[in-house]
Amino acid sequence: MRIALFITCFNDTMFPRTGRAVTELLERLGHTVEFPQAQTCCGQMHFNTGYRPETLPMVRRFAEVFAGYDAVVAPSGSCAGMVRDHHRVVAAQYGDDSLAAAVEQVVPTVYELSELLVDVLGVTDVGACFPHRVTYHPTCHSLRMLRVGDRPLKLLRAVKGIDLVELPAAESCCGFGGTFALKNADVSNAMLADKMRHVLDTGAEYLCAGDNSCLTHIGGGLSRLRTGVGTMHLAEILASTEGDVR
Amino acid sequence: MSGADNVVWLGTPAFPEAARTALADTRLRANLRRATGTIRDKRLAVAAELDDWEELRDTAAAVKRRTLRHLDHHLLRLEETVTAAGGTVHWAADAAEANAIVTRLVKATGESEVVKVKSMATQEIGLNEALAEAGIRAYETDLAELIVQLAEDRPSHILVPAIHRGRSEIREIFRREMGEWGRPAPEDLTDEPRDLAEAARLHLREKFLRAKVAVSGANFAAADTGTVVVVESEGNGRMCLTLPETLITVMGIEKVLPSFADLDVFLQLLPRSSTGERMNPYTSLWTGVTEGDGPQNFHLVLLDNGRTATLADEVGRQALSCIRCSACLNVCPVYERTGGHAYGSVYPGPIGAVLTPQLVGVKNAASLPFASTLCGACYDACPVKINIPEVLVHLRAEAVEAKRRDRLLPTTEALVMKAAGAVLGSPRRLAAVQRLAALGARLVARDGRIGALPGPVARWSGTRDTPAPARESLRAWWRRTRTPTSEDARTTAEGKVRR
Repeated sequence: MRIALFITCFNDTMFPRTGRAVTELLERLGHTVEFPQAQTCCGQMHFNTGYRPETLPMVRRFAEVFAGYDAVVAPSGSCAGMVRDHHRVVAAQYGDDSLAAAVEQVVPTVYELSELLVDVLGVTDVGACFPHRVTYHPTCHSLRMLRVGDRPLKLLRAVKGIDLVELPAAESCCGFGGTFALKNADVSNAMLADKMRHVLDTGAEYLCAGDNSCLTHIGGGLSRLRTGVGTMHLAEILASTEGDVR
Repeated sequence: MSGADNVVWLGTPAFPEAARTALADTRLRANLRRATGTIRDKRLAVAAELDDWEELRDTAAAVKRRTLRHLDHHLLRLEETVTAAGGTVHWAADAAEANAIVTRLVKATGESEVVKVKSMATQEIGLNEALAEAGIRAYETDLAELIVQLAEDRPSHILVPAIHRGRSEIREIFRREMGEWGRPAPEDLTDEPRDLAEAARLHLREKFLRAKVAVSGANFAAADTGTVVVVESEGNGRMCLTLPETLITVMGIEKVLPSFADLDVFLQLLPRSSTGERMNPYTSLWTGVTEGDGPQNFHLVLLDNGRTATLADEVGRQALSCIRCSACLNVCPVYERTGGHAYGSVYPGPIGAVLTPQLVGVKNAASLPFASTLCGACYDACPVKINIPEVLVHLRAEAVEAKRRDRLLPTTEALVMKAAGAVLGSPRRLAAVQRLAALGARLVARDGRIGALPGPVARWSGTRDTPAPARESLRAWWRRTRTPTSEDARTTAEGKVRR
């Protein structure tokens, strides 16, 4: 299958290793991964902060750049959710008919990583090996916007050597919320404190999620407190093999 | 205090500042966590008992949306049926008008006190204060509402207005204030729930037996029969709705349902969503007046107060479907930590964040649409499927637009967004910024982590380390390690798509 990687601007800049992991993983499963260099951003930050007209160029670019692939994969529940739920809204509000049509074409091909693996490629055991104690945080947008359900857990359970432990109050928001963490820093911190307490209660070495933004927020707190708990994107655990056991 | 000032409490700071004060109150946070957690679990359990829960939600949402589209028709029909049943219908465009109508009606009875059934609509218009100005004392008879009234406090939750109060606080309030309003609390009052309830019961019974006039809200009104419905848990509502001679009901115009049969759906959804009960203990339905039984004068005040303006907004109008169950408050992680006062409105929590700005104009409650992480828990919990996150981002756009119109110079945020938009609009500019960021990070990062930072991100970096931007972006790595594919050539770094 010819799959385009939509890395997202945040991962591109901060977590290229997640993009490399997605590429490695999909190639290992026998697929062709392409990275259209003209891609930039889904426009989520602008859209969710209320700068809606400003997202139009990004929506237009996305529809152009990612047209014609068998599938487009994003290692981010919230960016995939933005494309799926809101690109149509922006196109209808500010664009023309041709843009609306282009968005209609591309949106059904866009998947978050666990959806692509389980639903489209039909795999749950991706041949990974990660002999560590791991707990999984289902990010809000994966959980409630995309409804990925237990797909990520199915994938993780099939990982060799993994000790997957349940996160208490897993479905509670971590308090990141994009610009919410800046605009309402105090509430965000209070939510973060509870999330960190739950993570520490599991005794996990790694906290795993499908969104590096939430992981940056939680991991940033865990790092500041010198807890020693690491964060790892789902893609990176799934890309790990016996060869690179740490 | 005029009515409109009650939808938004004047003097309450913007949400982030009010939230900071609330967060510092550890007792408040503990009370809230315990209370919302309990109701949340009960709600999940009783909703799971119904096989057709999702169908019920879909039906309720459809009925509400359809009713709102033809609201004028259903309201006129309601006026007709209520009048035919011996009631009198009054139309109030805003809070001041509604208060004037109720004051006039009470005065006409010659009475100077009224008993009240808990009502969001009368809270919204500030009726108690308006009546007090006219020399009429309004007694709240719902237990939690009584606590709030005695403490001269404000409600913190739609369903459980005194959710922020612990039982020892309630004991203090009863001991200190009950005597001022009527029968005092007993000398040996403990903070046992049973004792507190008994003190309130004795205090309130005097009021019920004396009052000639009652004021209520309405949960629903059926247009085809003119039947008005109030659901409650304590029986105080039943007392108010049956004992007095005159009953005045103030109802938001969005509460009308086309037919009596629609109650079938809503009376299953409301108690389960609000208190986590299969059925609420008291459901009172009345149709006009009946000779020799119950109130002999019935007045229905239909309140607009910003609702038709809300109705005009195709995305925002779904907020008018709200049946005030407060399930969204109980699942909201932001509400759970701040409580209702931080929202500065009688309508707190997620529904308040979308309803309040619409009722008063988004400029007057501009921080509320941003008081959410958009986690979506509220949408999942809502029995009438109000897409609260959708309305929140819709109102955020309106808040930003309002600022753009009203200011000569753009805000700092607008400038940052504009700059970010320019960068994210072009892969070449994005790549350049990535190179700069990597360079800058190498100067300030230690072990790949950035500690405390100045400026607008200081509040972030006070509690969290920030990972340093990568030395090499993914796009740079791809270009360096991969042979260009035909696709790379088709979509060049300049961002033009060559066909």
